[in-house]
Amino acid sequence: MKKITKDHISNTIVNIVIIVMAFGMLYPVLWLISASFKVPNTIFRDAGLIPEAFTLQNYTNGWKGIGIVGFDTFFRNSFIISLFCIIANLVFCSLTAYAFARLEFSGRKIWFGIMMLTLMLPGHVTTIPRYILFRSFGWLDSILPIVVPKFFATDAFFIFLLVQFIRSLPRELDEAALIDGCGKFGIYGKIILPMTVPALITTLLFTFLWTWDDFFNQLLYLNSPQKYTVPMGLRLFLDASGVSSWGSMFAMSVLSLVPCFILFVSLQKYFVRGIATTGIKG
Amino acid sequence: MERSLSKKFRNNVTSYAFLIPWLLGFFVLTVYPMVYSLYLSFTEYNILQPPKWVGLRNYFVMFGGNKLYQGDERFLNSLFVTLKFVFISVPLKLVFALVIAMVMNRKLKLMPLYRALYYIPTLLGGSVAIAVLWRRLFAGDGIFNLILKNIFSVSNPPSWISDPRYALSTLIILAVWQFGSPMIIFLAGLQQIPKEYYEASAVDGAGKTWQLFSITLPCLSPIIMFNFIMQMISAFQSFTQAFVVSGGSGGPLDSTMFYSLYLYIKGFGFSEMGYASAMAWVLLIVIAALTALSFRFSGRLVSYGSGE
Repeated sequence: MKKITKDHISNTIVNIVIIVMAFGMLYPVLWLISASFKVPNTIFRDAGLIPEAFTLQNYTNGWKGIGIVGFDTFFRNSFIISLFCIIANLVFCSLTAYAFARLEFSGRKIWFGIMMLTLMLPGHVTTIPRYILFRSFGWLDSILPIVVPKFFATDAFFIFLLVQFIRSLPRELDEAALIDGCGKFGIYGKIILPMTVPALITTLLFTFLWTWDDFFNQLLYLNSPQKYTVPMGLRLFLDASGVSSWGSMFAMSVLSLVPCFILFVSLQKYFVRGIATTGIKG
Repeated sequence: MERSLSKKFRNNVTSYAFLIPWLLGFFVLTVYPMVYSLYLSFTEYNILQPPKWVGLRNYFVMFGGNKLYQGDERFLNSLFVTLKFVFISVPLKLVFALVIAMVMNRKLKLMPLYRALYYIPTLLGGSVAIAVLWRRLFAGDGIFNLILKNIFSVSNPPSWISDPRYALSTLIILAVWQFGSPMIIFLAGLQQIPKEYYEASAVDGAGKTWQLFSITLPCLSPIIMFNFIMQMISAFQSFTQAFVVSGGSGGPLDSTMFYSLYLYIKGFGFSEMGYASAMAWVLLIVIAALTALSFRFSGRLVSYGSGE
């Protein structure tokens, strides 16, 4: 009885410490959200989290964007790019991962090793030649240089993640399906893919986050404001803004974080498991 | 014999059919660009005129030059700034991640919620929105200083972002703040350590500190290594935060001029594509060398299980 009480007290203390620290960590984000509802000239006088006067003005002003291009355009562009990247990664990374994890063929180990090496390759080495290549295709100022590489399973991280996951699945099901006359493609589509859903969801989530937040490629390849994405729009705002438009800037920043947040909260279960899988056997 | 050979052949054909997209991507989007970028690194190329062969000049210029060419101090500075960033932010981030993972390893009712809360900075931290926020938080009249003044009575706090002495540290704080991914990997590792180890050592009268150094850290060592290498590689390539916080300049006084940022400025700002390609190859070599070094060093420190 006495021991339970002692545990109880120590758990309460741990709970409090965790909550206080979480608050400290999340304070910048909370402040950002609160600032987006503050009257612009009070934003920087006020470190508190509850606005003295609540306004939606920042959101309506921000949504209009800059000049002729509204933030709706930036959001639409970002969503289109993310959607293509997600579909491409889900299909082509899982296809590649299935081959590496399940198929026996000559040279498998070597190719797998090479694939793992590309995981560590800094993107800078390929950036300039790819730019020159895509320029010669006439792809500059379009989403093609960002989207098309994903159709060739260039994200080794996801192949690795999916290989790890598929290897942990029981082989008996594949063998049973093989006996039932299922081909390799059938096994991939009917047996492996359905069982790989948790890892696929992790892939989806990470692809979305990284594409949504990717700034470097968008900066490199998108030149006209009509093609800009959310990060580019925010940056445009930052350059153009005087002190007065910080409110709109913060409001749009908050909006830009909302999709990431919603997706994370709804898929959180898979998310944590997905990252963990990569790590343990890494 | 004949039959099994043809079966093997057919097997290979179907397997490679699955790999076609990846193989194409590998050759067209990785191998060819790598070879081409190596060639460009020995040239002067502004994308409008054809590349002009200059031998090792780009590399000489980077590392201090010789009698013929002046060196590039901004390059050396960017390398130094990046090394400083990597070797301060990565260990700090890992320590943070490990300590919090240990706290998160306790059995509490609200744990799933806590884990999600602690992951939020990592979830959002890579975005331009947070970089913009950071720029405001650490401005001279920003919230960080407001808190320092009002709560901690610091009378004269520095203007972080515009002071070359402190600008880099704000980016380090931003990087450390995003400790979520290594934290989750550590947590998964902690949960794999058999409870019996702790029970047995407790019977032998081991204290918490002893357990940390004789059980937890050795068992986690492969994961610490994995996290270190992955975080190091990505820290070397940081771009967005430095770009946004410094307004694309790497300032003040190049104090946040990350390697990636300088490469971008050289290649796409000044159209010195040959020089930028040479920089990319130096980065590749630095990362490869440090990775190899950590593997070598870890050979002595990392234990991959008892091996029975």
